[in-house]
Amino acid sequence: MLNASLLRSRWFSFGLLALGLALLPFLIDAELGRSWVRLLDLALLYVILALGLNIVVGYAGLLDLGYVAFYALGAYVYAWLASPHFGLHLPFWAILPLGAALAGLFGVLLGAPTLRLRGDYLAIVTLGFGEIIRIFMNNLNAPYNLTNGPQGINLIDPIRLGSTSLSQPLTVFGYTFSGAHLTYYFFLLLVMAVIFISMRLENSRIGRAWVAIREDEIAAAATGINTRNLKLLAFAMGATFGGLAGGLFASFQGFISPESFNLMESIMILCMIVLGGMGHIPGVIFGALLLTLLPEALRYTGDWQRSVFGQIYIDPADLRMLLFGIALVAVMLYRPAGLIPSARRRQEFADAKT
Amino acid sequence: MTPLLSVSQLSVAYGGIQAVRNLSLDVAQGEMVCLIGANGAGKTTTLKALSGLIAAQSGSIQLDGQPLSGLPAHAIARRGMALVPEGRGVFPRMSVAENLMMGAYIRTDRAAIAHDLDQVYSLLPRLTERRAQPAGLLSGGEQQMLALGRAMMARPRLLLLDEPSMGLAPLMVQAVFDIIRRIAASGVAVLLIEQNAHLALKTCARGYVLETGMITLSGNATELAANPAVRHAYLGEA
Repeated sequence: MLNASLLRSRWFSFGLLALGLALLPFLIDAELGRSWVRLLDLALLYVILALGLNIVVGYAGLLDLGYVAFYALGAYVYAWLASPHFGLHLPFWAILPLGAALAGLFGVLLGAPTLRLRGDYLAIVTLGFGEIIRIFMNNLNAPYNLTNGPQGINLIDPIRLGSTSLSQPLTVFGYTFSGAHLTYYFFLLLVMAVIFISMRLENSRIGRAWVAIREDEIAAAATGINTRNLKLLAFAMGATFGGLAGGLFASFQGFISPESFNLMESIMILCMIVLGGMGHIPGVIFGALLLTLLPEALRYTGDWQRSVFGQIYIDPADLRMLLFGIALVAVMLYRPAGLIPSARRRQEFADAKT
Repeated sequence: MTPLLSVSQLSVAYGGIQAVRNLSLDVAQGEMVCLIGANGAGKTTTLKALSGLIAAQSGSIQLDGQPLSGLPAHAIARRGMALVPEGRGVFPRMSVAENLMMGAYIRTDRAAIAHDLDQVYSLLPRLTERRAQPAGLLSGGEQQMLALGRAMMARPRLLLLDEPSMGLAPLMVQAVFDIIRRIAASGVAVLLIEQNAHLALKTCARGYVLETGMITLSGNATELAANPAVRHAYLGEA
């Protein structure tokens, strides 16, 4: 009896969550406006990115500061194959996997020479890799115009499901869904797939091997774990998710340029993981949503200053980064394991204190 | 009969520095052998080369007649050689039970793994009550026991132990060595590396003395313990 009611309540809360997620863009549209729905779409993209980087940093313990390079690769592959730049307009279901796979391959290419590096050294090499890709994108407009340089690539095709484009409104039974709404549902579907894969990885033989490598690489090798292959796998899996998010980003914005893929972006994604709770899926999701939406919300400090003081003393753009910085410092001081840490991470920080 | 482990003319160098030179030793099936020597004599280097963690410069290593040279550490572990690294090497944030299960990582025979887990717990009763605790919260001796238990979960034929007495209180050293003896009695061959020569020679049947990367003496443990040079250099007698 107890089990049945528990099951029912589980299904009940699951149903409630699904309903909430389905209605969320409409609530936000009504309360905050269309631009916030687009922001929500972007937040979902960052959830994919953060969950991808979480595999590398959170699970395998490899500090990667060049993660944005894979994001860029995915975005450029999409732009090359679905824009007037080369006159190619391939369907998204062909390009997205291709971009993700290519990013995954580059993940292995980055991983292979850095296998012997750890911690700070690995961070420096990956940082360099991220910059190399960005600078390539910036300069590969001559002799052959591959990336169109700093101007970037424009008029990238939106994702089209059958005859429905995610950039056009769609009317179903007399009700009109905006492009931003449709994008939300599509991204949400992909986010759920990425969460599912992450969960399966975390509780698998591979996931346990990653924990072992993170904790003590020599002991891991001595228990028969192929540390080389598993580290490469972590790089490849993380990069694949990065490439996927890149393709989605290109189709969503319709325009990409190297500027979108700078070091700050890598650091932001890393912050999402650290702030939310490294290696813990709910924490990482929360961190990604928070760090995408909070800086936007802080833009409203301008309106607030005007209504209180009658004029703007501090430019909201400056104040926004200041408050954001303070918030980061506060979280790291008071919740060093992250806002929603995993049990194991909490343990790590409890150990460090004693 | 071929020995279980047979090492011949093993040399290991770090850059230009020769750490181990022309080392030959062997361990028979089920035998307990120790390698003693002072700090920096090349003991840990030898063990790392045997387990594939570092590459040997030259020489051959054979397990059961099969060459191991050039194989990576994980492949050597799969051949039946289990290393208990220096300084324990438990996974500190994993629970005791998770650590033990990691030992069986290379195995897929679930029923036998469950049976071996019970065996390990009965060998190490102190760990039984702490199976849900993170390994990092155990005492040094308990961590050493856990590392031994984890190695046993791989069902090794040969156990390589790197300084199991290091940093432990005398009573704990006794307890750990009791466990090592019981493991050896169950038929697993042991190659023990120790600075504590007295204890090592008392525990093992045979021994080798390593000095600046070369084996200078070898033989029956009781004879070695009686050797004036060994008594003088390692047993603290004038």
